[in-house]
Amino acid sequence: MTADLGFWVLQTLNALQLSMLLFLLSVGLTVIFGLMHFVNLAHGSLYAFGAYVAATLAGTFGYWGGLLVAPLAVAALGAVLYLTLIRSQRRAGPMAQVLITFGLIFVAVDATRLVWGDLPIGIAVPAILDSQIALLGVEYPAYRLFIIALGLCVLAALTLILTRTQIGAMIRAGVDNDQMAACLGINVERMFFLVFVVGCALAGLAGAVAAPVLSVTPDMGLQILIPTLIVIVIGGLGSLKGAVAGSLIFGFVQTFGAVLLPTLSSVLIYALLAAVLVTRPQGLLPAKG
Amino acid sequence: MKSALKAALAGLVTSTAMLSAAWAEDIKVGLLLPYSGVYASLGQDIDDAFALGLETFGADSGATFEVVREDDEVKPPVGLAKTKKLILQDEVDVMVGVVSSGVLGAIRDTVDGAGVPLIVANAGNDEATGEACSPYITRISFSNSQVNRPMGQWLVDQGVKKVFTIAPDYAAGRQMIDAFTAAFTAAGGEVVGQEWPAFQKTQDFGPFLANAKASGADAVYVFFAGGEAISFVKQYDSFGMKAAMPLYGSGFLTSALYVEAQGPAAEGVITALHYVPTLDNPENAAFVEAFKAKTGRIPSEYAVQGYDSARALVEAVKAGATDRTALAAALPKVAFTGPRGELKIDPATNNVVQPIHVYETIAGPGGLTQKVLATLPAEADPVNGCAMPAATN
Repeated sequence: MTADLGFWVLQTLNALQLSMLLFLLSVGLTVIFGLMHFVNLAHGSLYAFGAYVAATLAGTFGYWGGLLVAPLAVAALGAVLYLTLIRSQRRAGPMAQVLITFGLIFVAVDATRLVWGDLPIGIAVPAILDSQIALLGVEYPAYRLFIIALGLCVLAALTLILTRTQIGAMIRAGVDNDQMAACLGINVERMFFLVFVVGCALAGLAGAVAAPVLSVTPDMGLQILIPTLIVIVIGGLGSLKGAVAGSLIFGFVQTFGAVLLPTLSSVLIYALLAAVLVTRPQGLLPAKG
Repeated sequence: MKSALKAALAGLVTSTAMLSAAWAEDIKVGLLLPYSGVYASLGQDIDDAFALGLETFGADSGATFEVVREDDEVKPPVGLAKTKKLILQDEVDVMVGVVSSGVLGAIRDTVDGAGVPLIVANAGNDEATGEACSPYITRISFSNSQVNRPMGQWLVDQGVKKVFTIAPDYAAGRQMIDAFTAAFTAAGGEVVGQEWPAFQKTQDFGPFLANAKASGADAVYVFFAGGEAISFVKQYDSFGMKAAMPLYGSGFLTSALYVEAQGPAAEGVITALHYVPTLDNPENAAFVEAFKAKTGRIPSEYAVQGYDSARALVEAVKAGATDRTALAAALPKVAFTGPRGELKIDPATNNVVQPIHVYETIAGPGGLTQKVLATLPAEADPVNGCAMPAATN
């Protein structure tokens, strides 16, 4: 079966689709990390919240309504979190941050359970994408191609913003040295808030996009957290390129590991993580040279 | 005057207590279920149906039932601590419940050592009524092998010769698929490939589906439950595989509990289970109606297990058993016709013997429903190394 070209195309698309989903999640987390030096372990819970909002709204407003509103709802939740918890803990050191955001995970899991119950929820793929598209000799679900396309669009937009706009330059300056950036007259506080909220919105978008493919369960945020952390550690903290590289590496290692080396698949990615940590502890493409 | 009144009152209370003790035996039941954690909704289904079962059958048993509920949180150490509390502090006469096989494995020795009868209302690991069997543990639910084995012969009879299997890589997944594989190959079928995705770590089954697609099998046979079952069925459909390679499996895949979340993707999937809510018999009609009236939900296989656990307990009490030893001896002897059909307990293993129903998930007027295609005859599990000792205390 491995000699068949279609098989490789299919698995490559699978890997790309997983990579793009992880990219949407990790890019927000890594920039928050790089810019604010804040460890937000509750990022996965924001993803789960996005999926639940999308699943709930899909019933009344259709899939697209959910996809539109979910990032906004998660961004609003992110803003509340920032103003109540995150801002005051920004200089509290990693231990306090990890404890607080880790606690938030459990609060979030039980809160979703109370509101939505613990039975998994499923939503249908929108009718327009509910088919297979012939591509390079294989039939591939249209919705999965949509995930890949959406990930690429977000990547292109973020690249443009970070490299070509003033706000992008300010964010890059903040990641390099936030105190110096503040001395140059950049309102770092406001920038932190903006970046945090946008990062949350992207997590919500990832949740909404993932909802029709995966089932929506209270612990989905916890399940995605470890892969996301692995992505940003492999890629390098704080950098967009790192998030892209990390996501692609994770997606391909996970997908091809699962089909070619099934007995080793759950170890492979951790072995890779360990290798990166030993040889390049700062990650493959860190923000700060 | 005051002391005389007190004495009179005390006498009255004592005599009333003695009177009621003479009239009705009080059976204390320890219900150990997950009320929180990933299986909380399963626990709730069993709990509701157990209460319904006691209401329905308990009235004419001459006994009253007092239920003490404990939450095992789907964690083996918690389950063990709660079991000790139920046995030592609450001094229950009988325990009912256990959804997770992990929890059952953890409490097995304590229950067995204390000589407290346990009616297993879900946990399906083969060992519990195999090499780890106990005269105090009676399983009224199912065993992992039991629900899958009959599908081996049935699929071959339907003309399916080559299958590809997929199941999560943990004990239950292995037992379900291994039982099917053994029966299928014995009947002349061929398993052309197998995949074992990591349990609870796999959300995307795309890579495994691509392998199945390329394998040249006639059909795919799987076991998944809960959130994984929903993801799997939807992803199987999204790859457009249902038409060329029909999807078969263990009935938990399309359980009535969550089939609605799978939507149209579940239509046409054929699976086997010990209970579906659309079984056509008077006991089931009465059960479905009563359960709906009580909870507003359609009963799942978990619900019927809770209901039948209550029925089994009542039958044992009716046979004259009221303390731990007598209940342990009486429980494996119960037999009745319930919503699932004819049930009895195999004395060699204390596992339930029941028919298995093959059903197809179809679109009905009120959403997805189950069409029973065949009812395969009841078969006792092989003893699997169980040497049933006599109850000693």
